[in-house]
Amino acid sequence: MRRATRTEARCRRAAAGFLLPFLALFLLCFLAPIGYAVYQSLLKPKRSGPLGLGGTTHEVWAGLGNYTHALGDPRFLEGFGRVLLFGAVQIPVMIVLAAGLALLLDAASARWVGFFRTAFFLPYGVPGVIASILWGFLYVPGLSPLVEVAHSAGWQVDFLARDTVLWSIANIVTWQFTGYNMLVLIAQLKAVPGELYEAARIDGAHAGQIAWHIKLPLIRPALVLATVFSIIGTLQLFAEPMVLRPLAATIDSGYTPNLHAYNEAFTSNNQHVAAAEAVLLALVACVLSFGFLRLVGRGRDGK
Amino acid sequence: MTGPPLRHRIATTSLLAVAAVYFLVPVYWLVVSATKSTGDLFGSFGFWFADPHPVTYLRQMLTYDGGVYVTWFANSLLYAGVGAVAATLLAAAAGYALAKFVFPGRESVFNLILAGVLIPGTALALPLYLLFSEMGLANTHWAVLLPSMVSPFGVYLCRIYAAAAVPDSLLEAARLDGAGEARIFTVLGLRLMTPALITVFLFQFVHIWNNFFLPLVMLADADLYPIQLGLTSWQGYADRQPELYQYTVGGAFLSVLPLMVLMGVGQRYWRTGLTEGSVKA
Repeated sequence: MRRATRTEARCRRAAAGFLLPFLALFLLCFLAPIGYAVYQSLLKPKRSGPLGLGGTTHEVWAGLGNYTHALGDPRFLEGFGRVLLFGAVQIPVMIVLAAGLALLLDAASARWVGFFRTAFFLPYGVPGVIASILWGFLYVPGLSPLVEVAHSAGWQVDFLARDTVLWSIANIVTWQFTGYNMLVLIAQLKAVPGELYEAARIDGAHAGQIAWHIKLPLIRPALVLATVFSIIGTLQLFAEPMVLRPLAATIDSGYTPNLHAYNEAFTSNNQHVAAAEAVLLALVACVLSFGFLRLVGRGRDGK
Repeated sequence: MTGPPLRHRIATTSLLAVAAVYFLVPVYWLVVSATKSTGDLFGSFGFWFADPHPVTYLRQMLTYDGGVYVTWFANSLLYAGVGAVAATLLAAAAGYALAKFVFPGRESVFNLILAGVLIPGTALALPLYLLFSEMGLANTHWAVLLPSMVSPFGVYLCRIYAAAAVPDSLLEAARLDGAGEARIFTVLGLRLMTPALITVFLFQFVHIWNNFFLPLVMLADADLYPIQLGLTSWQGYADRQPELYQYTVGGAFLSVLPLMVLMGVGQRYWRTGLTEGSVKA
């Protein structure tokens, strides 16, 4: 009995020793900023001098004032609407493309598979900023060989116009992350035992039927996960519009919610509103990703 | 065994080839453009060479402004290298503890860490900046390094892997031999978890190398910038100083190389980690 409790104590001490370094940093870099953001979002600056002029500023309780300010700002809301529209189009396109390429690679003869897989995965190694600079050069009229080729074919394109620039950004994101998602899906396809396909083939199923009825349902968990991470990523959209901003006049300082919060904090020096916007952004990300997980979870139970 | 009919194979390969063109064309453009001067960047056809002098142009880029690009490159290596090694070791220890020890509150701690995977990183960066400014950490190397050392996804992967790959009987035997817990972890645990650790390292390295928002928010001093931040600052000035177009393209080309090497060398480990991460989710 005494021995058992001693091993238990030793066990706990050791576990604590292994966990604490990580937990300390997790507390500092994940939990503390969330708490601090919520706290800051409930305060506002107030000048103490006569008539509110001069003197020192100190912080006073603002209640939900910063949240109503943020939600009352039409540009902030427009930014949200823009990334939601972006996600509603770009995420399905990218996931379908990734799944299509994964299934094609899975079915293709082995010779070229390695080359194609590496080629598709390569853009994941190009940082978002570099990818945006790169595509930016491919979008700018006068520099872009794409525009040049299109013009000589008699096709007038402007990748940076008011109604095209959002989709030009969507192209950058798709270019970067399709290959990564494809690799996740391939990894899951490889985990499927080969006998399953063999049995289906003997039953007379052709390649298309096997892909649709057997492979797709099997990679469903990976598809769901990829979608959730894409939703979170889309809401954080920042580097691409930031880099393209000098090239496209339609991208303003509130083009995405993140850009808006950043400018609120560093250009307008309004960190309390920025904190409220960061909290709202995290909340929307949570609601959307959990909402999506519940939606697909219910769909599966219904089957 | 008969393969699929020939016309299927042709159709599949052509579709894959079209996709490959889409994914490779911008990379090809970057390689071609890295050999051009600013004049040729604007004056010649983008998809073909014009008077290539790659070495001269890269040397100009590397020595511009007192060699600031080299500083940025070193900073990126420091942030991504040290950050990813530290993140991997911390995640390994935490994942090992969560997999191999029973203690009260274990599942709550694990769920809390998992929730961290779903929090948008940029939503954290702004408040983290406000917090670090109060602590006097903003605009130092630590401001980027410390958050880079935390990988909740790494803990998740390490826990799953340790549970499957580190047998309890082996740990018991080591304990009976009188080995301390720290020694058992460093000698047995880390060795058995190596494939997962390489995956965590690769993911974290790429994550830190590609991270833009955190350094943008944290750093004001150009000497602390990682490459990405430095290149956007060059791009911002290029209107007034046209040679910066050439340097931005050359700098982008050089900055992409380390990750390309990592992706090529580590493909096997990418797939290991992705299988572990997705199948068991």
